[in-house]
Amino acid sequence: MDTADLLPLAVAVPLLGAAVVAVAGRWLPRPGRDALATACAAADVGCLALLWARTDPDGRAVSWLGGWRPRGGHGVGIVLVADRLGSGLALLAAVLVLAVLCYAWRYFDEPSGEHGGMFPGLLLLFQAGMCGFALTGDLFDAFVFFELMGAVAYALTGYRIEDPRPLQGALAFGLVNSAAAYLSLLGIGLLYARTGELGMAQIGAALDERAAAGHGRDALVVVAFVLVLAGPLVKAATAPFHFWLPDAHAVAPSPVCMLLSGVMVELGVYGVARIHRVVFAGAGGLPDAAVRDTLLAAGVLTALVGAVMCWQQRHLKRMLAFSTVGHVGLFLVGTALLTPAGLAGSAVYVAGHAGAKAALFGLTGVLLDRYGSVDEHGLHGRARELRLPGALFALGALALAGLPPFGTGLGKAVAEEAAGRELGWLPAVFVLVSALTGGAVLRAGLRVFGGVGSPPKEHPEVAATTGEGEEPEIRGPGRRLPAPMIAVPAALLAGCLAVGLAPGVGRALAAAAAAFTDRTGYLADTLGGTAPAATPAPDTDWTASGILLGLLSAALAAAFATAAVRRDPRRGTGALHRATVLPLRRLHSGLLGDYVAWLAVGLAALLVALVAQL
Amino acid sequence: MTVLPYLVAGWILLAGLYGLVTSRNLVQAVGCLAVAQSSTYVLLLAVGYRRDATAPVFSDLPTDAPVVDPVVQALALTDIVVGATVTALLLSLVIQLRKRHGTVDPEELTGLRG
Repeated sequence: MDTADLLPLAVAVPLLGAAVVAVAGRWLPRPGRDALATACAAADVGCLALLWARTDPDGRAVSWLGGWRPRGGHGVGIVLVADRLGSGLALLAAVLVLAVLCYAWRYFDEPSGEHGGMFPGLLLLFQAGMCGFALTGDLFDAFVFFELMGAVAYALTGYRIEDPRPLQGALAFGLVNSAAAYLSLLGIGLLYARTGELGMAQIGAALDERAAAGHGRDALVVVAFVLVLAGPLVKAATAPFHFWLPDAHAVAPSPVCMLLSGVMVELGVYGVARIHRVVFAGAGGLPDAAVRDTLLAAGVLTALVGAVMCWQQRHLKRMLAFSTVGHVGLFLVGTALLTPAGLAGSAVYVAGHAGAKAALFGLTGVLLDRYGSVDEHGLHGRARELRLPGALFALGALALAGLPPFGTGLGKAVAEEAAGRELGWLPAVFVLVSALTGGAVLRAGLRVFGGVGSPPKEHPEVAATTGEGEEPEIRGPGRRLPAPMIAVPAALLAGCLAVGLAPGVGRALAAAAAAFTDRTGYLADTLGGTAPAATPAPDTDWTASGILLGLLSAALAAAFATAAVRRDPRRGTGALHRATVLPLRRLHSGLLGDYVAWLAVGLAALLVALVAQL
Repeated sequence: MTVLPYLVAGWILLAGLYGLVTSRNLVQAVGCLAVAQSSTYVLLLAVGYRRDATAPVFSDLPTDAPVVDPVVQALALTDIVVGATVTALLLSLVIQLRKRHGTVDPEELTGLRG
């Protein structure tokens, strides 16, 4: 079998699997359904692993669907392109889907009969959407996969339809994301009007040709850039487009949160990087400096907002969701440097973060299973009996803070170093954001699993989402804890550790990042032409400064957490807190209209920022 | 080629977004999303329009007849399918919300904030 044939197969396997599971689930008993879905997910992991192994580190697998290759320089078909970063991200999604299927084996009391295969079927469909988005080389296809991934995610978020809050979260998620997707489509329409092409490589090449002929960048290209990036930026929860994410994550079933936070949000950053690199990074696009500065500013803002809001939460899933916002901001900073080193750092960081964050959501699912609550204050000391989950939770929090030798620590170190070469103060943002997010999770772990300190005082005057009164996601609380619910988070944490410890992973991702930034190579491999010399891969080994900064942020996280649990609960809040943090919290109003207004305001700001730099 | 269809597309988009921002009824909000989406149909069809051309169906046309761009029509069709799926899904969520929560006013849904 040809390597290129693996590309459509990687999307088709979960797509067909979803249909088979949905139909066969009507009469198969539950173990049969789960086995079938797990087999499909495992087959997709195998397919993508083979694709990764058979793609050259600096090469790409290109598949023109149906054999419709470009004729006379014009594209007439749809293309799937896999370089190692794209197939690696698809592989990460496939591994996480497999892990989530195993985790959810005994998780829900699933309805039998007609709706029996719904949950595993939806998970496989989600995998197909994510995989297609990571592998497509066509802008319109990217929109369709974006919406497929989105629609399935809305359905999965609102899966527990007996409870009003999941429905509310799913609606905010759906309306904001779909509105952004349609803005992207408007941008794609504008680019098609200009170039007559839909493939990313073809549009990029056509824009460059126009620039060479003297028709350089104009208002249409800038507007199209902002519009096309609206979808991926909203998916990546970039501030001020991030409001939907904590709402959706707070209410989605825990296994679904593992996927949303672990890989779907990161796919947004990937989309931004891919579309910018292939379509807009040439002579006919936008100057690198303007894009770099704008995205860096957005990334730093996102990281800080996420970290500050994360510290304020008491609803555990909402806390983890804001920590995702903070970390995605850091991934965006690494990516926005537009250098192979920054991208390599983000890639390692994403791989490590997926393991740590999915494990933490899985362990929060254990709390929900046992106590029917995910409230940090209400659960104070109640989970002392859960020793192993408690230890794993603390390890996950430290991994989130970037403790070496976890993969998050390595990714943070590499991205930090690349960012420090661009702007001297950026490493401080990395350290602060990892320390605050890791510290918040550690604080919650100390209180919930350790019962440390006295229970915090309630502040009813502050609008906050508590984690009380959650519908337990399963019935029959007296049962023993299912083994997969501990084994899967442990395995995910081990994966996070392996990303940091196995030197091959970092080096392979560094080579992949170098190939990703090689735009001429992408155009040549897709459209035919001479392949230029490959860019050298950046260094992703542990450095002394990286280890020290990782230890620093982990120590800061521990210090923040212990200071918070030892703090006298009667002490009030400072004036600085009232002036800065409370208004920020009030912005997260839970109102749909506000979110859409922020979408419009943010895009206008992006446009103004870009135009001002041209 | 006139600029009017593009202005119309922009106007429809802004009307839809304005509706989304100000709506006090979730059914209406989902409708506004569909309105915002219909701006993409107008834009796509305007992009492919050619004066004095006909539909790109060659069964009873000479092969050199001027036709409008069939690609954007395919895109608009795909777009309609995507939009119908998303709208149906969101409306079903609204119906379920009405059943469980007894309201479709987004201002009364304050379970998630801060």
